[in-house]
Amino acid sequence: MTEKKSFIAEKIQALPYSGIRKFFDIANEIEGVISLGVGEPDFDTPWAVKERAIYTLEKCRTVYTSNAGLLELRKEISKYLKRKINCDYSYNNQIIVTVGASEGIDIALRAVLNPGDEVLIPEPSFVSYKPCIIMAGGIPVVITTKVEDNFRLTPEEILEKITDKTKALILPYPNNPTGAIMEREDLEKIAEVLRERDIVVISDEIYSELTYGNKRHVSIAEIDGMYEKTIVLNGFSKSFAMTGWRLGYAAAPADIISAMIKIHQYIIMCAPTVSQYSAIEALKSCNESIDKMRKEYDRRRRVMLKGFRDMGLECFEPLGAFYQFPSISVTGMSSDEFCEKLLYEEKVAVVPGSALGECGEGFIRCSYAYSIKDINIALEKIERFVKNHKK
Amino acid sequence: MEKDILELLENDSRISAGQIADMLGKGVEEVEECISKLEKDNVICAYSTLINWDNTEREYVTALIEVKVTPQRDQGFDKIAQRIQNFEEVKAVYLMSGAYDLTVIMEGKNIKEISSFISAKLSTLDSVLSTATHFVLKKYKDHGVILEQEKKGDERMIVSP
Repeated sequence: MTEKKSFIAEKIQALPYSGIRKFFDIANEIEGVISLGVGEPDFDTPWAVKERAIYTLEKCRTVYTSNAGLLELRKEISKYLKRKINCDYSYNNQIIVTVGASEGIDIALRAVLNPGDEVLIPEPSFVSYKPCIIMAGGIPVVITTKVEDNFRLTPEEILEKITDKTKALILPYPNNPTGAIMEREDLEKIAEVLRERDIVVISDEIYSELTYGNKRHVSIAEIDGMYEKTIVLNGFSKSFAMTGWRLGYAAAPADIISAMIKIHQYIIMCAPTVSQYSAIEALKSCNESIDKMRKEYDRRRRVMLKGFRDMGLECFEPLGAFYQFPSISVTGMSSDEFCEKLLYEEKVAVVPGSALGECGEGFIRCSYAYSIKDINIALEKIERFVKNHKK
Repeated sequence: MEKDILELLENDSRISAGQIADMLGKGVEEVEECISKLEKDNVICAYSTLINWDNTEREYVTALIEVKVTPQRDQGFDKIAQRIQNFEEVKAVYLMSGAYDLTVIMEGKNIKEISSFISAKLSTLDSVLSTATHFVLKKYKDHGVILEQEKKGDERMIVSP
């Protein structure tokens, strides 16, 4: 008898599980954990949106929609993008509604990559980019962003990694996990490098509503000459506290959206219908909810930043998303070691920076999508822990 | 900064100046000064607590009374409103647009106490023309707070990307 052969494709076998998933398994075993580990809002979806969902169900609107998504929703998305990033996207052929921005990442990559194409990814960043690139047949090329640059992407770093195989750049700002943003002048600088080259920019703007210190989110699609080569990804999860509704969208030049719809129609058919109807309500009437949430996040952001600095952890000031990314070098521990020990000794869960890119080693990701009360309790425990473990 | 401080205090009057300072990224003294000024200017009028008395043994009735009055020369509605507001039983007085003039909200131990207040004290005021009294049967939401709300835990996974 021959040895049992695995049915699993080699490409998938070679993919590691996300470091966050591994850490989740450990944290989940322990009772009474205070967590700063999640990547989703603690606010409720605005009631107007839920009300619309109930009404949608009552009306039995529980059938498929067109592949690209409800026309009315695409119209609202088009208006929203005009309002927020001042870009014109036709609801007819330049917008697709997806199952979260996550699907957007996947089908955008599949739409543009040929086997062996290289994709630049700034890290630390969200866990899905690399595996999605590999599954789409591409080759991920990591660019390490540095705390000295406030984790922003610089043109020099791009030039260093560009080859004639480079097909796309993922631009994940406001950034998970660092909280970094790219301001207009930063984008102008990288546009200089990208403009003349045949490189598609996949701009993941899921945290676009969450920027602080009077910094409005700027999309690279707004920069001269970049609209034509940019795929904007966004969604409802973070801005409207709708993670479980699984709804996002992509906006791009018509030929790219057309290709993305081709993939989407075969693998997904359409995004969840009830979520789509509800999202119309979110865009129409929930702007005030966003302002309220942003204000509350901003307060927590200040409390947490002060907390880390007071306990002697170096932490750059994040201006976007809802994460802080302090350095734990004063303890001399690795990220994994720090997080595991913190979990066992103080029952606080934070995410090892290394789970979000090798260069995240030496950092931890702490989310402030928690009440001030919980944040203060967690900070107290982390402070005690750091004190006990300082080199 | 004033507006932020007011919002925070309106939401939680027990929050300390230190906590406010951290949340707004300001100095404690600066915040304390601002609060004193707001108190002095009568912007902050009182620090009260929202209590759901229905969950206690205390017996009480809340009534909302629509009052029609004759406005008085030179003083409009203010004079009569002032006379009404001074009664301790009266919790709130608002001047209204529409079918009647003043809304008076009052609390008493029981219906009898409220009716005797209305017949003996309120209706007998010179400029009061008529009253219509509504009793509150149940309070669902007060001052922006849902009173009988299930305390729900955090449904989120402990760690997620």
